[in-house]
Amino acid sequence: MAECHPVGFQWVVEAKARGARVIHVDPRFTRTSALADLHVPIRAGSDIVFLGAIVNHILEGGREFREYVVNYTNAPVIIDEDFRDTEDLDGLFSGFDPETGRYDPSSWNYEGMPVATDTGAEKGRAAGGEAHGSGGAKLAHGSPPNVDPTLEHPRCVFQLLRRHYRRYTPELVERACGVPREQFLAVAEALCANSGRERTSAFCYAVGWTHHSVGVQYIRTAAIIQLLLGNMGRPGGGIMALRGHASIQGSTDIPTLYNLLPGYLPMPLAGTHGSLQEYLDDIRLPAGFWGHCDKYMISLLKAYFGERATADNDFCFDHLPKLTGDHSVFPTVMGMLDGWCKGFFLVGENPAVGSPNAGLHRKAMAKLDWLVVRDLVEVESASFWRDGPEIETGELRTEDIATEVFLLPAAAHTEKDGSFTNTQRLLQWHRKALEPPGDCRSDLWFYYHLGRRIREKLAGSGEARDRPLLDLAWDYPTEGEQEEPSAAAVLREINGVGPDGKALSGYLELEADGSTACGCWIYSGVYADEVNQADRRRPGQEQTWVAPEWGWAWPYNRRILYNRASADPEGRPWSERKRYVWWDATQGRWTGHDTPDFGATTAPDYDPPDDATADKALDGRSPFVMQADGKGWLFAPSGLDDGPLPTHYEPVESPVSNPLYGRQTNPVVETYDRPGNRYNPSGSDAYPFVMTTYRLTEHHTAGGMSRTLGYLSELQPEMFCEVSPELARLRGLVGGGWATIITSRSAIEARVLVTDRMRPLHLDGQVVHQVGLPYHWGRNGLATGDGANDLLPILGDPNVHIMESKANTCDVLPGRRPRGPALVDLVERHRARAARERTEGGGDR
Amino acid sequence: MTAGPRMGFFTDTSVCIGCKACEVACKEWNMVPQDGPLSLSGNSYDNTMALGASTWRHVAFIEQQRDDQGLRWLMSSDVCKHCSSAACLEVCPTGALFRTEFGTVVVQADVCNGCGYCVPACPFGVIDRREDDGRAFKCTLCYDRLHDGLEPACAKACPTDSIQFGELDELHERARRRVDSLHQAGVAEARLYLEDERDGIGGAGAFFLLLDEPEVYGLPPDPVSTTRDLPTLWRAAALATATLAAAVAAAFVGGRR
Amino acid sequence: MSAPAAPDGDRRDGGRRGGAPASRVRGSMVPEAEFRSYYGRPIIKEPVWTWEVPCYFFAGGLAGASASLGLVARLAGNHRLARSAWTAAGAGVAAGVPLLVSDLGRPERFPYMLRVFKVTSPLSVGSWVLAAMGPAAAGAAVADRLGVFPRLARAAEAVAGLLGPALATYTGTLVADTAVPVWHEAGRELPFVFAGSAAASAGATAVLSTPAADAGPARRLVVTGALLELGAAQALERRLGELGQPYREGEAGRFARAAKAMTAAGGLVMALRGRRRAGRLAGAGLMLVGAMATRWSVYKAGFQSAADPKYVVAPQRAQV
Repeated sequence: MAECHPVGFQWVVEAKARGARVIHVDPRFTRTSALADLHVPIRAGSDIVFLGAIVNHILEGGREFREYVVNYTNAPVIIDEDFRDTEDLDGLFSGFDPETGRYDPSSWNYEGMPVATDTGAEKGRAAGGEAHGSGGAKLAHGSPPNVDPTLEHPRCVFQLLRRHYRRYTPELVERACGVPREQFLAVAEALCANSGRERTSAFCYAVGWTHHSVGVQYIRTAAIIQLLLGNMGRPGGGIMALRGHASIQGSTDIPTLYNLLPGYLPMPLAGTHGSLQEYLDDIRLPAGFWGHCDKYMISLLKAYFGERATADNDFCFDHLPKLTGDHSVFPTVMGMLDGWCKGFFLVGENPAVGSPNAGLHRKAMAKLDWLVVRDLVEVESASFWRDGPEIETGELRTEDIATEVFLLPAAAHTEKDGSFTNTQRLLQWHRKALEPPGDCRSDLWFYYHLGRRIREKLAGSGEARDRPLLDLAWDYPTEGEQEEPSAAAVLREINGVGPDGKALSGYLELEADGSTACGCWIYSGVYADEVNQADRRRPGQEQTWVAPEWGWAWPYNRRILYNRASADPEGRPWSERKRYVWWDATQGRWTGHDTPDFGATTAPDYDPPDDATADKALDGRSPFVMQADGKGWLFAPSGLDDGPLPTHYEPVESPVSNPLYGRQTNPVVETYDRPGNRYNPSGSDAYPFVMTTYRLTEHHTAGGMSRTLGYLSELQPEMFCEVSPELARLRGLVGGGWATIITSRSAIEARVLVTDRMRPLHLDGQVVHQVGLPYHWGRNGLATGDGANDLLPILGDPNVHIMESKANTCDVLPGRRPRGPALVDLVERHRARAARERTEGGGDR
Repeated sequence: MTAGPRMGFFTDTSVCIGCKACEVACKEWNMVPQDGPLSLSGNSYDNTMALGASTWRHVAFIEQQRDDQGLRWLMSSDVCKHCSSAACLEVCPTGALFRTEFGTVVVQADVCNGCGYCVPACPFGVIDRREDDGRAFKCTLCYDRLHDGLEPACAKACPTDSIQFGELDELHERARRRVDSLHQAGVAEARLYLEDERDGIGGAGAFFLLLDEPEVYGLPPDPVSTTRDLPTLWRAAALATATLAAAVAAAFVGGRR
Repeated sequence: MSAPAAPDGDRRDGGRRGGAPASRVRGSMVPEAEFRSYYGRPIIKEPVWTWEVPCYFFAGGLAGASASLGLVARLAGNHRLARSAWTAAGAGVAAGVPLLVSDLGRPERFPYMLRVFKVTSPLSVGSWVLAAMGPAAAGAAVADRLGVFPRLARAAEAVAGLLGPALATYTGTLVADTAVPVWHEAGRELPFVFAGSAAASAGATAVLSTPAADAGPARRLVVTGALLELGAAQALERRLGELGQPYREGEAGRFARAAKAMTAAGGLVMALRGRRRAGRLAGAGLMLVGAMATRWSVYKAGFQSAADPKYVVAPQRAQV
């Protein structure tokens, strides 16, 4: 966190000054470790063992926050008797279809309460985990019928959890993670001791957890721990995702993802969602706030299409594009290679440096007809056709590349108005400090004027296919010589307006009859009272400790989600120390330091009548109001493509065998085993070391914003690899010299930084060396070097299609890499060696 | 000019995360040129290596494998000390270096003739001559920002308040409290550096909380302003001058041949 | 513009490590460790000065001592020797000033040296000395050669001759008034080393340009200067001890050894064979080269000690 989020890390430092204990679990000793009370080096890719063992430690020691767990989680729920755990099936859950390589999750149901079937395999394949939107998976109706509040029933979630994690012991942690038993127990005990009524613990993670073939399940395991310890919805608790860029949270809220609409409404599916009604019936949940999805969707359509959207024409639902399959980035790149994807927009993205198997990305882009790159500088993705590594190796020749590249200069954030949405859902407005130079334009300018010009070209067209564009409400006030659209007007549109044309104060005012328009329902209220609430800057010391008047947090300026859980089932604070939101019986409403995340007047003793729907269908003791049962899910009956409980699988490339199951890797991982994207065989002597990629404080992602600047380039001027003194000795590497790092995809060179901060791990007699590779460098700019992402394979986590960049294997040789075609030869020779090993009896590990 | 309270820096290295925002903010604000070579130093994450004419903040990185307590990674942002007895200022023959109303030591670029005397005079190796420019440069404690009531750029940019700017007296108190609390927390090695006005430079306008000996960070353990010994030096010079004159005179004893 | 502050009076006699260095590290509970450094990097900066500076030291020393010699010779009625000495003084000044100017980062701002007078800056003091003595010496030399303005020339000779010794010695204080360990710690001896060296080189120059019959005082000055320089250098080494290592190592060491040998040999030759032509030439030549080598050795030793943090850390550590 100190490495990649130094500004956010100030709060960790402040918490530490006030007595917080900071524990850092990371393969490397980083700048975060330097300030932590304890650093725990772990084998990259083994985190579910570590976290699962904490779950086991809690359950076997009776350390769970029992009252919280019984009331606020689905621990008491009894699961279908057809369910089989990975303990029963050697690493598989029930419902696995070896033909399709997918799970049918129907046996994971709550007993007597089936999950709707359409969230099954086919839909999941098209849209992945996001198919469920923010409502999570769908339960047929409100409260589960079969529960055991004593948590004793052998098929209740609590007992299933115990069974599932029983073999995740401190001894296993030592063997699988390389973390000594005592160190593990110190962490587990610290967490338990610092949780409960009086205290809370928080988890912070970043892409070190997400970039794995089981990345989603890493976070799920942390969620299980936090629910068992009662650390969700309470001050000082929670799980904080540290995002990879400014406003990445914003780019999922108002998504740049192919399978979501604003506010986590799922993208409609071709064939399934023929009408608005079919769509709404499919995504609506019977209980909780997701029961109002019709209001959110219809208001969105009104924001998109304005007057043209009427009840008679399904509010132009037909105009929306529909998903026909997985349109995430990796299939799209394969589509370029296979020739069906002809054009590509890159907006502030530099895959030629920043994406896994960057070489394959470059080769794919070389097959495009056209490529639009909008960036601040000429990034490698715009210049690969003339100076990319493949030109040097002879794999590509400039004269053979027909791609027409349009490099459009973009304005920086300092050169435009707009908002950032941070990881804690906080919107902060920023204002233009200076005019963008020359032809540089904001993204807002680009898309608005692109749309305007296309619409001008299409004006008068009678073609049905042109209707969606022509029917758009595409009228934004512009300002200045460049006709810059008003970002504030866009924010107001996102906030939404009522029938009177006035800004709404929140999504509770939305209607499903077309009388309201709202660009993103969860953001409704950001322009309440016609004031840009994101632009508020009242200093922290001039307001309460929750600081509600700094920026604006969605939804409803709520700073902690599910904060009903900060009070006990009767609505009283769990403790004075952790008082946050509570039920005021005299006023008959919820009150506290924050906006209560609950029906404002829904009393703790409220029990819904049978015919209740949406939020009214949840009782007064169910804090997780976006879930159909209002409970925190220890066990996820649906919504995940790789199982209801997090399970340890080895990374797709690993030096060791799965110590728990015969199943080595995630059974439903998305792989692309094809020329140019081969995987290193696990356990191969040809690729004996664990490799992990990361960023440095001094640079920004793929370097377009930092390697071009002298002040930043001089701070980390060259690509380097970090190795332990032991590995340096083993491979004859010299500090300050050069090393060549090899995988099945490519080989790169890096200067050698020998450091005690990298430590070999001892797993059950086997020594595992880890190689650290920052990935910022490319061939353009001031500080140049080989790109670590050239080494990585393309593969996808089944839920969100993310790559595995934090735990791969590699080999390291001393010296610089070969130049020209010899580089390709080196990579191929290494692959051949690995293949020989396998046929000569290395066996399938 | 009216002198207000003396302003300075307290750099608490125990919370430095080595982000180098101070280095960048300093260069940005003061328009200091890029000077680092674009090659890896190999010394931990430090590619800046030293203060200089075009590096007014420098973050040191020290990796220590300690047998008893395991691995430690010290980071510390170094800066001009703005000494009470500032040798650079005192030896400057042109008056280009002067003490401001904030008690800081600043070079006037329009006066400096680049004689270079201040460079070896500084006991910390802070000030240096920019070779392409010919003049000496160093931290100004953002003299221009102070005039406008702003804190120096490095302190402003420091995310963890490792660099604290303020009235020196107040900073001294704060620093002593911080050392006490670290000692109570078991960080026995915490100590203050250059906060004592009785030391060889008469106390500094920029002082530090360190977690190891100063020399580990590249700082002199007991710096003394060279001009403190100037009376002795001048006496020796006077005596040598007289001796020379006497030797010349004595040469004439004994006649012309 | 405020006047630069003078060193505080109450600290003036505090001694090199007066005050309370032991309280420098407040509250440390950790015992002291042995010498350590930051990746072996220097703590202080090496001087930015280049070859012009030691050459200026030589030229200034020659000029200063020659002026003194010229004045006394005039008073003693040895006008032939006075002429040689004033010529050398004028030449030394004429060579020294450009050297000093060219070493500046901004040579065109040389006159800024006279913006202020600062007793805390030997360079400032030296600049003023040079400003008064230089023109006087040059004027005296020219007037003597041309035989014009005799009264003015006598006055100029008085000014230059009286200031001359200071011009020869202040450069020792100039380098001593820095944080460079082998310069600063040698501050009590360096002016004597430079005085002796200057006397010897002035004498040698005069010996070369004066008929032997008139050059007796110059020869004696060579010998006295050599003895003074060698003695002072010896005292310097004794005082510095371990710290004086840079004077014995590397380029500085080589030049120091050469300087000593040539100075000693030059003095000896001058004492024993100074009246003969060959002895005069050899003695004076050795002496001049030796004087230059002395300056170069001191100059280089400063760089060498600045580059190695141990010369900064170890003595300071010993004092803590």
